[in-house]
Amino acid sequence: MTSVRKLKENIIEAALAFSGAVTILTTIGIIWVLFSESYGFFSVVSFWDFLTDTEWTPLFTQKHYGILPLLAGTFSVTLIAIIVALPIGLTIAIYLSEYAPKGFRRSIKPALEILAAVPTVVYGFFALTVVTPFLQLFIPGLGAFNALSAGIVMGIMIIPMVSSLSEDALFAIPKTLKEASYGMGATRFQTAFKVAVPAASSGIIVSVILAIARAIGETMIVSIAAGQQPILTLDPRDAVETITAYIVQVSLGDVEHDSLEYRTIFAAGITLFIFTFILNNISFWMKKKYQEQYE
Amino acid sequence: MNNLKKNRLIDKSFQYFGIACTLFGLIMLAVFISKILMDGIGRIDWSFITSLPSRKPEKAGILTAWTGTAWILGLTAIISIPLGVAAGIYLEEYGKKNRLASIIEINIANLAGVPSIIYGLLGLEIFVRTLNFGGSLLAGAFTLALLILPIIIVATREALKAVPPSLREASFGMGATKWQTIWYQTLPASSGGILTGIILALSRAVGETAPLIVIGALAYVPFVAKTPLDEFTVLPMQIFNWVSRPQHGFIVNAAAAIIILLVITFILNGIAIYLRNKWQKKVNW
Repeated sequence: MTSVRKLKENIIEAALAFSGAVTILTTIGIIWVLFSESYGFFSVVSFWDFLTDTEWTPLFTQKHYGILPLLAGTFSVTLIAIIVALPIGLTIAIYLSEYAPKGFRRSIKPALEILAAVPTVVYGFFALTVVTPFLQLFIPGLGAFNALSAGIVMGIMIIPMVSSLSEDALFAIPKTLKEASYGMGATRFQTAFKVAVPAASSGIIVSVILAIARAIGETMIVSIAAGQQPILTLDPRDAVETITAYIVQVSLGDVEHDSLEYRTIFAAGITLFIFTFILNNISFWMKKKYQEQYE
Repeated sequence: MNNLKKNRLIDKSFQYFGIACTLFGLIMLAVFISKILMDGIGRIDWSFITSLPSRKPEKAGILTAWTGTAWILGLTAIISIPLGVAAGIYLEEYGKKNRLASIIEINIANLAGVPSIIYGLLGLEIFVRTLNFGGSLLAGAFTLALLILPIIIVATREALKAVPPSLREASFGMGATKWQTIWYQTLPASSGGILTGIILALSRAVGETAPLIVIGALAYVPFVAKTPLDEFTVLPMQIFNWVSRPQHGFIVNAAAAIIILLVITFILNGIAIYLRNKWQKKVNW
């Protein structure tokens, strides 16, 4: 009786452990797929050309495989998104943690989360049909597809991410620090910027790093609103192509499996993966570090 | 004294600036939703919901798209819920201090940050090509299930963590085994929290477009999927397709389809928030 019971318990535990191991298999799968297909790519295209060629034209007759134009597109859209999201998100975090009445704070937080729940394809529609026409009123020569509009909308999308993670960081600092500041007669503004923000700085940096990782991996907004022209430019008024938008462009077309064109999406994918992997690990490591500081 | 006044002024101005920033996102959301409603609400009628796609915008409908979304939702749930909840139970109840559990934990933190389009590349190689599912519902559902697995695992762990040890100890004291304790006590006690996480994860899956494009979901599918091995489209794919076309009629269609997609997303999120509140109130350990 007891041994049957024990056997049953062991089988269940093994099944549960296997489910957990599926996540490890996923990671191994991602790395294996990206590396094996990119290996095929880099055995034809030299690594040096990939990093230094200033043209990316794998789908044209005159083929170039320089990742720089895609990186520039990804970089400029991400930069614009962070320029929008960081000041607004951080201000919201400071306002909610230092100024806002409790009731307001409790009702506004789920409302902000709605922004993060809206599907990204919907934001893309917004960028293309509302933000771009609106910006064209002020910026003559702004094309129908441009990095600026996609970046701004992406920034709006990641505001809740910056604000909620930064607020957590501000909340985690010891109350005594702030009380000491108030005790010295400091205003809320002085306390926030001279005491709370510096004390929570590593947590705030983590929120920004995660927001950057989210922005460079974002796909639908840029596919819809930023265009599909891999041109090496940092002018936000231009149409650009990001790494993610390129993968979408190839996936929508008829590219033969096992061709070099097909493998370019894995070479682009591994570039994207490496960037997000580094950013996520920096944030993971920083979070661990600052948690230790106060606990 | 002058300095003091200045500081108070700065303090007060920042307060208003803070309110403005907090409302900025919400105002943008409101502008946006009203614009979509103005564009699209007039287009929604019975024939829009029951028609197949078409080259003519005024004839096109979202029948294949919403049925595809329903299929994907169901299949993704069937695949991801048992795996995610089981993994969550393992990490929280069994693997507290072992090596496998700590590796899985770091791994999940990493997976949660992988862009969704990368999951598309994984699905393309593993499910579409190696396992030969093609660009089918099954390939799409497996890909999305892997994508939302970290969310379900984390939610399950959080919910289990909230169950007080006394409940487990009482069960062990009655002679129950570890699994009996989990199955009859811990899991029912944490079901509200787990369900909330599952619904939020599924709502994320419903809105995903990029990984499905990569695995080869089609924008134009002229039939309703009947089996999990059929080709498919989903609402976000249909919206993306319509947005990319120049004719104004398709933009109107896109807005109308967005309304349907947002209704589904908000209902799912609403249920999740409702469950979370109800569960938090009820549980008073």
